[in-house]
Amino acid sequence: MPERRLLLLALGLVLLCAVYLGWGLRAPYGFILSLRVTKLAALVVTGLAVGAATILFQTVAANRLLTPGIVGFDSLFVFIQTTLVLTLGAAGFASLPGLAQFAAETACLMIAGLVIFGTLFLRGSGDLLRMILTGVILGVFLRGLSSFAGRLLEPSEFAIVQQASVASFGAVDRTELAVAACVLVLALAAALRLAPALDAAALGRMTARGIGLDHDRVAMAALALVTLCVALTTALVGPVAFLGLLAASLAHAALGTWRHRLLIPASGLIGAMILVAGQTVFERVLGLQSALAIVVEFAGGLLFLTLVLRRPAR
Amino acid sequence: MIETETLGVALGGRTILDGLNLRFGQGGITALVGPNGAGKSTLLHALAGLLRPARGRVTVEGLDMARAAPIDRAKAVALLTQSERVTARLTVADLVGFGRWPHHKGRPGAEDHRQVAEAMELFDLTALSGQLLDSLSGGQRQRAFTAMAYAQETPWMLLDEPLSALDPRYSRDLMERLQGLTRPGPGARSVIIVLHDLSAAARYADRVVALKGGRLVTSGPASLKLTGEMLSGLFGTGLAVETVRGRRLVAPV
Repeated sequence: MPERRLLLLALGLVLLCAVYLGWGLRAPYGFILSLRVTKLAALVVTGLAVGAATILFQTVAANRLLTPGIVGFDSLFVFIQTTLVLTLGAAGFASLPGLAQFAAETACLMIAGLVIFGTLFLRGSGDLLRMILTGVILGVFLRGLSSFAGRLLEPSEFAIVQQASVASFGAVDRTELAVAACVLVLALAAALRLAPALDAAALGRMTARGIGLDHDRVAMAALALVTLCVALTTALVGPVAFLGLLAASLAHAALGTWRHRLLIPASGLIGAMILVAGQTVFERVLGLQSALAIVVEFAGGLLFLTLVLRRPAR
Repeated sequence: MIETETLGVALGGRTILDGLNLRFGQGGITALVGPNGAGKSTLLHALAGLLRPARGRVTVEGLDMARAAPIDRAKAVALLTQSERVTARLTVADLVGFGRWPHHKGRPGAEDHRQVAEAMELFDLTALSGQLLDSLSGGQRQRAFTAMAYAQETPWMLLDEPLSALDPRYSRDLMERLQGLTRPGPGARSVIIVLHDLSAAARYADRVVALKGGRLVTSGPASLKLTGEMLSGLFGTGLAVETVRGRRLVAPV
């Protein structure tokens, strides 16, 4: 029963959270716990948002190999960081008010996402190939600009950009996290409300319209939620490119259902489980010898190649 | 009744349908025939209200399809498009169940389950109800989509080349089932169907609408209008209508 499996996933996440919080805990308990709780909340918020957003995106795009990152969110985020450091300098960048920077980055990413999704979906009515090509070209263009700007930076400034460009859960601001969590709860509630319509949208645009679904409206609503979730988490912790693909693929495999009211939370829970489990292993077993985001991208990249090479595009 | 008034449809700046005045009376099977690019599928989509006319309008039982709410359109006509790729891993029963969407909007009740069971039985799908769409043959898949359109419980069924993936046996089977649905009586359906199989049109259609270059060539009773001369002119190649064992067949000459 998919409902039962979803419950098991929720229990699994609770268990992983408990392990993360309790493993190797020593005095001063309160201080260490408060640090771990903040990091854990960042991991869970990011995992939930990216996992859920990827299910929505794949349904609207009618392709299970895609993630919302196709429109170049990661490149845009890196470009924003590089531009900020270039224009403000290392000291100016460090003195930026955190919440304002977070809000501005979220807004920039959202506007870019909505412009790309909105333009392509409204003009091309779901022209997937055009959307992918635009995303890839935009990503290459922004990476090129970032690379050029990077050459103009001092080595110390470049190091700051490098650090800010890789997803990091260690230094998340609590206020930003609280804002992101509140917005995410609302976004997930909206996504679940949209779930029955997404079930119908998965039939394909023309068939869905034939049975009375306002497909374009549902697609735009879903894409707005996707943009919101991805923009929030990217601005919060940085880009985590392949996490969504991992979570959504595992959610489809674990639940074996097409019902979005189950798939959306399942993918979110799996996204959170991957991050919490990964972070636990990194901190407690590997002694922080690498960055979690790099391994998630590595594993996600391998999965992507496996999906592309092993079965027809779905 | 479905009516079009000076219907014009343009796609990408190109005129596909031009000034069509048509009336589709209730009951029976109406075949849309014409060469590739004649505008048959476009007409079907415009009749279903899924394409906004550049000129004129389409009404179904008085409902202006361009202005109607999507749910109202879906309760007036069911459209079977040329098979779309479905990304969800659906079983046959799931797919047919989606035909009830305009009635339940995601919350099916007992009546919906009854209609789905009836549709699956009618199209001989009951034994396949638990099978995934991916595992079906082209013909089985086509039947499943047709059953979905039937489950929509609309007075009009618009079918875009439903025979394209079917072998002769399944083609005949599907056309006979459709013919059964249009027999006068409670719950009788009216079918408008795009056909490239002209023999199927000659054998099963009650009426025919012939299009070429987005314009109407002729329309009327199939027995009168489907002639070798008309078809030869329509397709630009020699075609003859012969009667074999009491059935009309169209053959190239």
